[in-house]
Amino acid sequence: MKEPDVLQQESPIGKSPPRKEGVAKVTGKAVYVDDLPVAGAIYGATVRSKVARGHLRGITYHPGVPWEDFHIVTAADIPGENTIALIEKDQQCLVDTTVNHPEEAVVLIAHPDRELVERARRLVELHIEPLPMVFDLDESLEGEVRVWGEDNLLKQFSIDKGDIASALASAPIIVEGEYATGAQEQLYIEPQGMVALASPKHGITVWGSLQCPYYVHKALATLFGLPKERVRIIQCETGGGFGGKEEYPSMIAAHAALLAWKARRPVKLIYDRHEDMLATTKRHPSRTRIRSGHDEHGKLLALDVDFRLDGGAYMTLSPVVLSRGGLHASGPYSCDHIRIRARAAATNHPPHGAFRGFGAPQSVFAIERHLDKVAAQLGIDGAELRRRNFLLQGQTMATGQVVRDNIDLPQLLDRAVAMSGYAHKRAEFSRLNAEAASRGEPIRRGIGLASFMHGAGFTGSGERYLASVVAVDATPTGIVRIRASSTEIGQGKDTVFTQIAQDALGLPSSMIEIIRPDTAEVPDSGPTVASRTVMIVGKLVHNACLELRRKLSEGGLLGESYTAEEFAAACGIFHQLGGPLRVESQYQQPAGIDWDDKKYRGDAYATYAWAVYIAEVTVDLTTYETRVDRFYALQDAGRIIHPVLAAGQIEGGVAQGVGMALYEKVVWKDGRMQNAQMTNYIMPTSLDVPDIFVEFDDRATRLGTNQPHGPRGAKGIGELPLDGSAPAVASAVHHATGAPIYAVPMTPEDLMLAMETVR
Amino acid sequence: MKLTLTVNGTERTCDVHPLARLLDVLRRDLQLPGTKEGCGEGECGACSVFVDGKLVNSCLVPALQVAGRDVQTIEGVAPSTELLDRVQEAFLKHGGAQCGICTPGMILAAKALLAEHPQPTMAEMREGLAGNLCRCTGYTKIFDSVLAAVAKTEAEGQP
Repeated sequence: MKEPDVLQQESPIGKSPPRKEGVAKVTGKAVYVDDLPVAGAIYGATVRSKVARGHLRGITYHPGVPWEDFHIVTAADIPGENTIALIEKDQQCLVDTTVNHPEEAVVLIAHPDRELVERARRLVELHIEPLPMVFDLDESLEGEVRVWGEDNLLKQFSIDKGDIASALASAPIIVEGEYATGAQEQLYIEPQGMVALASPKHGITVWGSLQCPYYVHKALATLFGLPKERVRIIQCETGGGFGGKEEYPSMIAAHAALLAWKARRPVKLIYDRHEDMLATTKRHPSRTRIRSGHDEHGKLLALDVDFRLDGGAYMTLSPVVLSRGGLHASGPYSCDHIRIRARAAATNHPPHGAFRGFGAPQSVFAIERHLDKVAAQLGIDGAELRRRNFLLQGQTMATGQVVRDNIDLPQLLDRAVAMSGYAHKRAEFSRLNAEAASRGEPIRRGIGLASFMHGAGFTGSGERYLASVVAVDATPTGIVRIRASSTEIGQGKDTVFTQIAQDALGLPSSMIEIIRPDTAEVPDSGPTVASRTVMIVGKLVHNACLELRRKLSEGGLLGESYTAEEFAAACGIFHQLGGPLRVESQYQQPAGIDWDDKKYRGDAYATYAWAVYIAEVTVDLTTYETRVDRFYALQDAGRIIHPVLAAGQIEGGVAQGVGMALYEKVVWKDGRMQNAQMTNYIMPTSLDVPDIFVEFDDRATRLGTNQPHGPRGAKGIGELPLDGSAPAVASAVHHATGAPIYAVPMTPEDLMLAMETVR
Repeated sequence: MKLTLTVNGTERTCDVHPLARLLDVLRRDLQLPGTKEGCGEGECGACSVFVDGKLVNSCLVPALQVAGRDVQTIEGVAPSTELLDRVQEAFLKHGGAQCGICTPGMILAAKALLAEHPQPTMAEMREGLAGNLCRCTGYTKIFDSVLAAVAKTEAEGQP
């Protein structure tokens, strides 16, 4: 069957139906993990090391609770390997002999009385003999204190294009700078938690708040030494993830299951906010040094980037976070001579992990701030400098990847500049600021921008190794059931998959059912990460639905066009003839995509979304408070399947980016977060977010001039807004105050210090 | 202690510790899990409920304080099992709910806002919803939803 090239009039693509699970959510009926009624459950709690590194010498259970009524688990109780299997197996599930960060789990306890468990947790004393520790990423790289492997290096690689040394040597202008971003907490409003049932006889079943059911599945099968079919992971409604529920849920599921295995009772292990903020992963703090060479017009002649991440105590996902960060470090700019050196160092912080953007917000912050520095040094406007350096179709990126998309970044920039009134405001604010300064008045205004791209899907050959599968079946009454492990975490996966299936099958949404992710019911479609759900898994949904249609038409049961009733009748007959009416679609790498894992050469991502963001701020120099007044977000993310959901992704991402830029500061002491509360870790409220103007430019997709990797030419969108928001805000504050803002978050205290350098 | 209160129009009685949090009484004792816990310290508003028509964070209210009083939770907002309240309807239609965990509290906060300001300005809306945190939406679609509920009321000429 030939796929129609243009959308049919009645196609659901591009419309905005209410979200599939929306009624349950607005009526309070959606069931999250802590809402599950569990008969006979006992409540678990985790005793953590508190010391960042040391030898565990003993455990004392002080009197004060009836310990004989408690179920207690330590590393000795683990049936299989004491590890949370992910990329490597270096992270232990429970401390055996050595502690490597202050939030490591050492003892698990459980009891039917929730309040008693909390009291008991405080009565467990750990005797830990401290070892040398390291908390600074550059100190870790110096290697004097060795805390991981031979050299503390969790991963390093280098991307080399052209001849960086001679290009730097011959460039007339050299600009250097150092940029930094802090840890950031995902702060989903639902804290993490799991419910587990486990016994040697029945195997393990876990329900939880999570993004990646098969990650948890793999970790538990390894931990218990069980065959895969004896482990079952079921996703509950999940109250936000943003990457924070990518890898840590495996740890909580492991702990809940170990307690349930030993107690032979269902276990509920729900973190409160404080524990969640202390123990679960955060965005990797970064430092980036950039040296670039230019001609007098600002043209990039050489770009030398040294990108470093603090990975925390274990490898977890740091190698892939580093990859994405490094691959986005040269931005959407053309340059013949590039060197990107990327390193992730181990420290004794709790492991840092996935957070929306996954390394790219860190490196994009650096390159965008650097370009503003270049612009200031050369006396060229930041927008103009970017325009002179944009990648064009047919040019090559740092890895040698040829830009195949029909991109028009100058046009995207023009549109953003026009939409925001950038040129006029830039001049006007400068004038007003000078006047205010001369009158001694405290209010300053600024406008700044960032241009950037975000690769969709797993990095490099990741998608090929994942080889994701989606299954689709149909009941005798014609209900089409989509089986994928992609999780609904608020982004609208259920709704968009329904639209994609409707589009391929020509059926009403009432005939499309999305099966809840449950490893006993859905195949492994890969994790719900990397802006891959619509583009990669959605395409598999599309393909599987076409395959289902083909299966019915090949049997002579369905014509080229049909009504919903005819479709249902065809399914009925197929079942009568013996069924089953089930098809699968597996990912196949599109032709012409080539990637070399070792050399970091080739097509790092099948496609990219491209964007220009502009922020407008007011800074009060009495209090050093910054307010983002307006925010313009313009992007080419391919075909937009659901405009309301897509805009919601951008607006939410911008708010998180504003938080990253201005408010969200993790205060560390001896490897522990000191402000692990919503009272003193501040995320944006409704008073803090700007008016956000979102625009999608999908003309190239509509013209059919882009490679349609995703369903109907959709690309990834979820992470994109995190990449450019913080640098756009920092750029605007720089404009407003003249202060060199090269590190975020930039709280009023930080801005006050930065201002001292310009006064 | 024996606690008697009215919840969503029905009188309920349960046996609780006097200092038990209203949040736990609702979620555990009365099996109304629509009210959520986001932080347990009155910062996020996910546990917002009405007590005698006033919006409160139920994680900060001890059980003894609600004896004999009238509590409304998200479960009591829709006029019937088939119908949605205008604010619920607007959140559904305009993308006001994403992951849904802040939504029960946010809808109650929106209702409190509209009770005080039937036609809120942007400033009143930002102020009125500032006690309820949402990490997904950037609040923009929540503002859209509240304004849509107002527009619907105006179109239908009734509060």
